[in-house]
Amino acid sequence: MAIFKAPLDDIKYLTNEFLDTSELSDIPEFSDMTAELTDAIYDEAANICENLLFPLNRSGDEQGCHLENGNVTTPDGFKAAYQEMSEGGWGSFTCHPEFGGQGLPHYIANSVDEMVISSNISFSIYMGLTIGAYNAIHKFGTDELKNQYLPNMVTGKWSGTMCLTEPQCGTDLGLIRSKAIPQTDGSFKVTGSKIFISAGEHDLAENIIHLVLARTPDAPGGIKGISLFLVPKINPNEDGTLGTTNNVVCSGIEHKMGIKASATCAMEFDDSTGYLIGDLNKGMKAMFVMMNSARIHVGIQGLALSQASYSSAVEYAKDRLQGRALTGIQSPDKPADSLIVHPDIRRMLMTMRAYIEGSRALSTWLSFKLDVSHQATDTHQRKQADELVSLLTPVLKAFLTDIGETVTSLGIQIYGGHGYIRENGVEQYLRDARICQLYEGSNGIQALDLVGRKLPAHMGRALRHFFHPVSDFINQHQDNEQLSRFITPLTKSFTRLQNATLVIAQKGLADPNEAAAASSDYLRLFGLVAMAYMWAKMAEQAYAKTGTMSEDFYKKKIMTGLFFMDKILPQTGSLLSTIMAGSSSVMALDADQF
Amino acid sequence: MNIEKVAVIGAGVMGSGIAAQIANAGKQVLLLDIVPEGASNKNIIAETAIQKLLKAKPAALMHKRNARNITAGNLDDNLNDLADVDWIIEVIIERLDLKQDLYKKIDAVRKPNSIVSSNTSTLPLADLTSGMPSSFTDDFLITHFFNPPRYMRLVEIVQGPDTRDDVVKTMTQFCDIQLGKGIVNCNDTPGFIANRIGAYWMQTAMLEAMRLGLTVEEADAISGRPMGIPKTGVFGLMDLVGIDLMPHVMASLVNSLPKTDVFHEQATIPDLVTTMIKDGYTGRKGKGGFYRLNRAGGKKIKESIDLNTGEYATSTKARLASLKPAIAKDLQKLMSFDDKGGQFAWSVLSKVLCYSASLIPEIADNIEAVDRAMKLGYNWKYGPFELMDKVGVDWFIDKLEADGITVPTLLLVAKGKQFYRVNDQQRERLDITGEYQIQHREGGVLLLADIKQKQKPLHRNASASLWEIGDDVLCLEFTSKMNAIDPDILGMINTAIDIIPSKYKALVLYNEGDNYSVGANIGLALFAANVAAWPQIEAMVKAGQDTYQRLKNAPFPVVGAPAGMALGGGCESLLHSDAIQAHAESYIGLVEVGVGLIPAWGGSKEVLTRWLANPKRPKGPMPAISKAFEFISTAAVSTSAFEAKDMLFLTDKDDITMNRERLLFDAKNKALSLVDDYQTPEAVDISLPGKTARTALNLAVAGFVQSGKATPYDGEIADQIAMVLSGDNADTADVLSEDDLLTLERKAFMTLIQKDKTLDRVQHMLESGKPLRN
Repeated sequence: MAIFKAPLDDIKYLTNEFLDTSELSDIPEFSDMTAELTDAIYDEAANICENLLFPLNRSGDEQGCHLENGNVTTPDGFKAAYQEMSEGGWGSFTCHPEFGGQGLPHYIANSVDEMVISSNISFSIYMGLTIGAYNAIHKFGTDELKNQYLPNMVTGKWSGTMCLTEPQCGTDLGLIRSKAIPQTDGSFKVTGSKIFISAGEHDLAENIIHLVLARTPDAPGGIKGISLFLVPKINPNEDGTLGTTNNVVCSGIEHKMGIKASATCAMEFDDSTGYLIGDLNKGMKAMFVMMNSARIHVGIQGLALSQASYSSAVEYAKDRLQGRALTGIQSPDKPADSLIVHPDIRRMLMTMRAYIEGSRALSTWLSFKLDVSHQATDTHQRKQADELVSLLTPVLKAFLTDIGETVTSLGIQIYGGHGYIRENGVEQYLRDARICQLYEGSNGIQALDLVGRKLPAHMGRALRHFFHPVSDFINQHQDNEQLSRFITPLTKSFTRLQNATLVIAQKGLADPNEAAAASSDYLRLFGLVAMAYMWAKMAEQAYAKTGTMSEDFYKKKIMTGLFFMDKILPQTGSLLSTIMAGSSSVMALDADQF
Repeated sequence: MNIEKVAVIGAGVMGSGIAAQIANAGKQVLLLDIVPEGASNKNIIAETAIQKLLKAKPAALMHKRNARNITAGNLDDNLNDLADVDWIIEVIIERLDLKQDLYKKIDAVRKPNSIVSSNTSTLPLADLTSGMPSSFTDDFLITHFFNPPRYMRLVEIVQGPDTRDDVVKTMTQFCDIQLGKGIVNCNDTPGFIANRIGAYWMQTAMLEAMRLGLTVEEADAISGRPMGIPKTGVFGLMDLVGIDLMPHVMASLVNSLPKTDVFHEQATIPDLVTTMIKDGYTGRKGKGGFYRLNRAGGKKIKESIDLNTGEYATSTKARLASLKPAIAKDLQKLMSFDDKGGQFAWSVLSKVLCYSASLIPEIADNIEAVDRAMKLGYNWKYGPFELMDKVGVDWFIDKLEADGITVPTLLLVAKGKQFYRVNDQQRERLDITGEYQIQHREGGVLLLADIKQKQKPLHRNASASLWEIGDDVLCLEFTSKMNAIDPDILGMINTAIDIIPSKYKALVLYNEGDNYSVGANIGLALFAANVAAWPQIEAMVKAGQDTYQRLKNAPFPVVGAPAGMALGGGCESLLHSDAIQAHAESYIGLVEVGVGLIPAWGGSKEVLTRWLANPKRPKGPMPAISKAFEFISTAAVSTSAFEAKDMLFLTDKDDITMNRERLLFDAKNKALSLVDDYQTPEAVDISLPGKTARTALNLAVAGFVQSGKATPYDGEIADQIAMVLSGDNADTADVLSEDDLLTLERKAFMTLIQKDKTLDRVQHMLESGKPLRN
């Protein structure tokens, strides 16, 4: 049986000690966040996740969703859990108080989300989609639409979706065919087929608010002619009660590798009434604004599933008795020693742990920078944070979800053959984690975004917000002997990243294929260096022991960090070699030679 | 015969502009005009004209002191002074009777065999000289300059049946070598070459844009880059030259051309243009033209006129399928493309090219005269016959025939051929009989463009080429974007230094771009700075210093030959040459502060040592330091090669060439003159005062910062310049080497490149082309 234990210590450490939130100390929402308050939120979240959501995880996977007569039934227990979560306000952390939300910072909400996802990713998707739709309406909708829709979405009474994909268009949204015909009253009639719509139809909420990308009749072709529309499943009356149905029908649900309890729907819109969100033909602008937070969220999914897998694997490694330690018997009173005595098991556990804690530091830091980019009073500060977040978002999304695949696979490995057996619950994590590398922009697309868009913008200006602090940090600790086992490898890998960046920027100018062929390796190199920076900063604090965590906690931090520096970071050497080798062997064969 | 003294009669815009250019050539000019009725100062017109020359923008004089070469006078008192001058050029109003009267007065006083010319643009030579004795007609010709005379390179020369050959030869040489002009010999026909075709083209482009429903922006976008005639596009050009000029030129051509001339088909002046002129919309000199800047509400908004309604609206970028690079970069594809942009290109070019082809031999006896006239006089990128070669003569004939257009005879002669070719290493052009004639350059003209048609470069990389230009001299050509100096160019300089000593004699730094070099490629440095690659950046700075020091100390003569802008790293390459042969239109300066940096490829060191070595300087190093500081901290750029001499970018051993086409020849000769007994420059010892000087310089800057003339960050940059020029911790008793100064340059550069404000300046410059004041 899988077990789940929320990583409360680490989350509290990152929130209370690791993050320097002084940048936003002039804003009450941030200065009010005392350790006492956040600790209480995290404790309660952990309780709900461990005891309410986690028990539904495997049964949900087994049962899946079912479609009958256009209605989707979620697995047993989901509806009650959804009610409880909604009533507890767990879905509306970051929503504005004006609409009933709690206005909490992203970095806190994302830490809670991590626990929710760890315990039951399928369940988390229903709530996450509502927040995505809320954000789009809140940012771009008219006051009238906001007042009509947002309060019910905040309470969870109504849920939300994002309807982008169509059968003929995935990554390339310029190919969208769904039509929106303007009506005399200012509304639109939306017609089209959408696929892969998470939470497109379900039995958890009384109404579903779809955000649909479509074209108006005389819109320009391609990506510049797409607009965003709000299309409710059921038209609400003015008083907020439900009115007529809106010809929004679920025509099928997908049978998937993982996240089986999350309904992935094919949706048909047929002359359904819709309302424009944002400007005409500027649908992609709305998508871009949402992109950073949505992609960071998927990165956190990778982290959360890694954590879930580790949580079980570490217990199994302690309990399962097999073989004897090479250096001598450890448990003479037992028929065999625990798995955990074996170096290769240790290697796997430490790898999982180092990736997980590094990922969590990175996502917490970036979530905070996302808050800075939205909330800082100084526009220059906001702009800088936005550039940093935009630069690191593709790195976080792809790197953490790749780690998700690696770590959940290691989790199975520790179980041995038992990991492959469904009843033991850890193979589900790998199946669930696999989607994270695919949706919200596949990881290949993230890498292209990084080298094709983020790197060259303003001659690499966004890079400055990451590279200069790292360079300053290295200089500052150059002579710190205690920290040298962190600073030396950080310096080495940072230099590799600098060189790779310059080479890709230069080669990419002459031949875009050169940059694109190196992009995935480059993104990973970037991710590893960013994580090493996080580890070095954590180590600095752990050595200083200035915080309130236990001595043991800091010791474990340092040792895990050293493992990262010794055993994982050297990958940067081979990545640099790969990048330097160029694209010729990648592109050498003609298409018909395959 | 030599021309030393010149008289210009008529002190209007053209007359005074011509006088200024003659003064720029170092010759004495007598500038005469009539005495206005009741004037107390009889020279008032000419004197006012000289005052205007001193303020003209763009500057008419290459150096303010050149105004002293111009003497103001009037036709009442100074007619007898014409007896002293070698050439008299008449630039008065275009009235035959007035001109003929004037010629009689001139002929009465001028010295025998002196040359008389007219700058007429519309009147036939035959009419001008009718009734004059042969002693006059022997010495008379038309010399037609273009406005503004300093900058427009064309002079059309028309000789009459009597004009002596040596008169034509003298004037050709004088205008070419002394005034730096490109000479085109024309027949005595209305509008000569450039205005005949140019007016036809402007009218055709305007009328076709209206007929096909193009916006001003669309027409300019098509006629600009893709057609290249000229880069500003047709409406942009009309705004520049003045819309009110058009009806005058048109009227004179309409009156003088035979009714059978197809010119008349395009001669209608649209009502829109008449209204615009009436309302004062005469172009940039008036309230605006086809474009205008609307300054309402304190903002500057670029607007353009609607060719149908005459209303102005915010200018919008042209978006046509035919403007996509795949189409627009291929003239043939553009001319066959089926949208209004493609139709416009075909319609305008087919008419203009056919008209041009039909005018030979009427207006000139060869095609090259026409191509040169349009390039030099109307800034076309290619002449009409070059354009026909570009699209393909046969393709053009086929398309004309398919459209039912009569194909001009000359084009039929060229069928199956091209108008220009290189045969047996000779440039040849097609004549009207279908034979090829060798094209000779004037003596003293040497062009890389010609060399490139005959040979391959000795070495080539992405940013530079190395050419053999004869007599064992090599030419290093920059080929990067805007000739920005980058690692490849530095590499090529090192290659040249490696190979020259064993096989060659000297090196010339020269290219035929619009600008010699706009400076170092700071895009690379910015990217490296953004990723905090400080050691790599310092290595880039060091590589530039090492290369330029190697250039300076190379065991053979190096001559820098700039034309146009030579800024920053480009300027520094000149400062490390043994000598400079500069085109008169050279704009030289160390502009690094504009991007928040200091000259660190030896530029600070060279300017300082040049001023320290200046024999005319007062005692002590401080005056020299102050001068170097002034030029570097204000990013001063010379407005001509003559001004560069004042700034010591050019010194006594350097020379100036007036004609762009003669620059390489002169530079090569200069290099060869240095070969015998060549000695590498001696290392200089420098003694500098250190901290006290830095404090003094900073004190001066503090005033500017306080009064708001400089930003606090300008002050920080100036302090770094002061640190270098004062020798940092030096003491007057110390002797510093060039290397010591280079080390200080690097130190200052590395300090500044790590500051966000510098990086913001660099980025702004790269993205907008303009400096950021932060």
